[in-house]
Amino acid sequence: MAIAAARLATRHTVRLASQTDFAGWREAARTLALNGVDPADISWTVEGHDANDLFAEPAQLPAVPADAELRVPRRFVDLAEAVICHSDPARFGFLYRILWRLQREPHLLSVATDPDVRRLEEMEKSVRRDIHKMRAFVRFRRIADEAGERFVAWFEPAHFIVERNAPFFVRRFTGMRWTILTPQATADWDGTNLAIGPGASKSDAPAEDAAEELWRTYFRSIFNPARLKVKAMTAEMPKKYWRNLPEASLIPDLIAGAEKSAREMIERMPTMPAPHHQTVQAKHWKNRPEESETDGAAAASVAELRKAAAGCRRCPLWRDATQTVFGEGPENARVVFVGEQPGDQEDIAGKPFVGPAGRLFDAIIEDAGIDRATTYVTNAVKHFKFEPRGKRRIHARPNAGEIEACRWWIDHELTLIRPDLVVALGATAAQSLLGKAVPITKMRGQTVTREDGLKVFLTVHPSYLLRLPDEAKAAERGRFLADLKAVKGLMG
Amino acid sequence: MPAPPIREKLAILADAAKYDASCASSGADRRNSLKSGGIGSTEATGICHAYAPDGRCISLLKVLLTNFCIYDCAYCINRSSSNVRRARFSIDEVVKLTLDFYRRNYIEGLFLSSGVIRSPDETMAEIVEVARRLRLENSFGGYIHLKTIPEASQELIEQAGLYADRLSINVELPTDEGVMRLAPEKRPQTIRRSMAGLREKLEAAAEPTLRTKKRSRFAPGGQSTQMIVGADTTPDATILKTSARLYGSYRLRRVYYSAFSPIPDSSAALPSMKPPLMREHRLYQADWMMRFYGFDQREILAGRPDGMLDLAIDPKLAWALDHRTIFPVDVNRAPRELLLRVPGLGTKAVKRVLASRVHRRLRLEDVGRVCQSIAAVRPFIVAEGWSPGGALDSERLRETVAPKAKQLELF
Repeated sequence: MAIAAARLATRHTVRLASQTDFAGWREAARTLALNGVDPADISWTVEGHDANDLFAEPAQLPAVPADAELRVPRRFVDLAEAVICHSDPARFGFLYRILWRLQREPHLLSVATDPDVRRLEEMEKSVRRDIHKMRAFVRFRRIADEAGERFVAWFEPAHFIVERNAPFFVRRFTGMRWTILTPQATADWDGTNLAIGPGASKSDAPAEDAAEELWRTYFRSIFNPARLKVKAMTAEMPKKYWRNLPEASLIPDLIAGAEKSAREMIERMPTMPAPHHQTVQAKHWKNRPEESETDGAAAASVAELRKAAAGCRRCPLWRDATQTVFGEGPENARVVFVGEQPGDQEDIAGKPFVGPAGRLFDAIIEDAGIDRATTYVTNAVKHFKFEPRGKRRIHARPNAGEIEACRWWIDHELTLIRPDLVVALGATAAQSLLGKAVPITKMRGQTVTREDGLKVFLTVHPSYLLRLPDEAKAAERGRFLADLKAVKGLMG
Repeated sequence: MPAPPIREKLAILADAAKYDASCASSGADRRNSLKSGGIGSTEATGICHAYAPDGRCISLLKVLLTNFCIYDCAYCINRSSSNVRRARFSIDEVVKLTLDFYRRNYIEGLFLSSGVIRSPDETMAEIVEVARRLRLENSFGGYIHLKTIPEASQELIEQAGLYADRLSINVELPTDEGVMRLAPEKRPQTIRRSMAGLREKLEAAAEPTLRTKKRSRFAPGGQSTQMIVGADTTPDATILKTSARLYGSYRLRRVYYSAFSPIPDSSAALPSMKPPLMREHRLYQADWMMRFYGFDQREILAGRPDGMLDLAIDPKLAWALDHRTIFPVDVNRAPRELLLRVPGLGTKAVKRVLASRVHRRLRLEDVGRVCQSIAAVRPFIVAEGWSPGGALDSERLRETVAPKAKQLELF
């Protein structure tokens, strides 16, 4: 960029090549700052727009002192590149002032409460918003020319943003030939090259496009008159944009008619069901199998029992959980493992022992020489109990009432499977199987025979291992493995 | 009967889709058309291309494939017993309409839903086919949001995730009882399992595969849902509890609240009234408190025995007025979590306060420069040279900080 500068006694005049000549501004600002020129001693003008300094003599800027370096935060460069597009004629001098202050206050940009920083951010925001609105409100009209179809738009931005914004339209409309005309500049994409040209006038753009009638139909139909909120609309789509929006001509009538249409909807009495309704009901819903509402007492197999449990409402836990997570494994399993309750992943998958504790359990029973495929695994409580914490769910321990309510299912599972041995993993399982709370850490490794003759082996829940620090974990894993080897022994 | 012209179909099928609040076109992976030579891009945030006089953003072409539906959900304009006019787009008509609108920069992409005809799988297959033709046959890189039919097969859901940026399944109403009463053919359990299934697929896709180390594509914009507010008597406390559960359980990007709106040819099972817009607004604010300000859902309504949000003031201010002992908060010392509880300080303002106070002691006017209204913030903070004094204990504090009651624009 060619820079011409005039030196008047102590004053410097910088003439930039264009309204968005960032490179020119940067070069001049760098030179002036390194010479210690005060912001008040500089006039910034733009080629062809410098009314005040029309007759200023162009002169060389002072030379940059040898070895002089100017350092600014990267963020300043980003902000300045945006703010240079602002329409405020004072922006060049203002940016220089920030640059000047940055030499003395290197952390200035972190001080968001500083009035200059605030203004800088506001200007950047204003440019960003204008860029965003241009992306939103440009409306192309299709024309046919000798090379095929071309899309042309007329837009009136508030700032000097055409060049800065053009790459967006290239990325988005690569496969089209398009031109965006504005009063300050024109962007044209021929399918391969982007060209920025001089400003144009509205009459250079096509006056209509057949698709606009469809678009207006859509705009009219998507509007809900019962929700009229004109201010919310104009806050985001200010009236200054309306003149170039084909849909905006509908707005006054839509607003005027809204109250009446909404009132009519409310006052209209409900009518008789549509004629085809009975046919639809008969065809699709009359013979629809209902979700099981049996209590499972008569279930002849675990599969039937599982079906019945899917609709379980014996305690309120179903309300927040995704689904009943029932037991899994062969119906003739000789050993049944009973855990506490499904966790987050089990609730999502609908299968027991698939989360972190389940994977640990799998690894350890394999080490113990037990074939998982021959075992049946289930939980004392079949719905996940939790507290939501943001995007996570924190496990909550089931209470005695919930354990008691769910015993219905575990009792029936055991009655149908008739295993030789049941392994209670943790206190909840033990409480469910023995009907009372037992001190699991004291009694682990023991086998208790219930009144009905069922042998219940007691140990900890694998999730207990997950919560331990690493050094304790190895030792506890060893103890848990020993318990499971004992189980393997008892399986015979 | 001859098929109505495309314009009439568009009028019917856009009207049929407008009660779904979701319009977001965000969360997609960044892509553009430079390589494909087609059209369409998605960047960090979506763009609202127009606003209707209801204040809602128009970002996507939001239409139904058809408004014929075998379900009879009382709140829905498309329920089978409704006398509304019916229409059905062909797959190619939706594809063409999307492309024609997109080329003229009217929209960010397509939000396609449908009434269920014949079977869930047939309907879902047509929805997926529209997305497939856009992506593969027309090199379309714009945003696609597909409504997922809960009962549809897993294969179809997988395909939908391959082409769509976002998928959603509506929970419809805040409670299972509400769904069973007003949408008797829908099964809340099935809806939940479907959302769980989407979460599973989203998480599986986010893991790099062992072989290629690449992540597979499945709806990078995640899943969202919507519930209707005010169609039954469910209080706000229950609604927010449901939202907290949904966010926690299914990792939703958004829960949309849709004030129950009167519809043409409404059902006798529902209240005939104007939509509770202010209530909807307060629910969004409360939702925001949970997602961005670190409030637990139970805290928000702790001071409201009826379980309803105060319609007159925003819930963050209401909470502050009920918990005055934690205020004033010192803007020069308080941790982020506490600053976020100050009414009138949003996440951006808090970020600026935290960055600025490293370098200087903040005065009231400094805070004033980074927030919307210092008058709202002032009574709750201490700053250099400023203390609210007895203002916090004043019985009239609510009047000072609450916005003046305004006439609503309609009715």
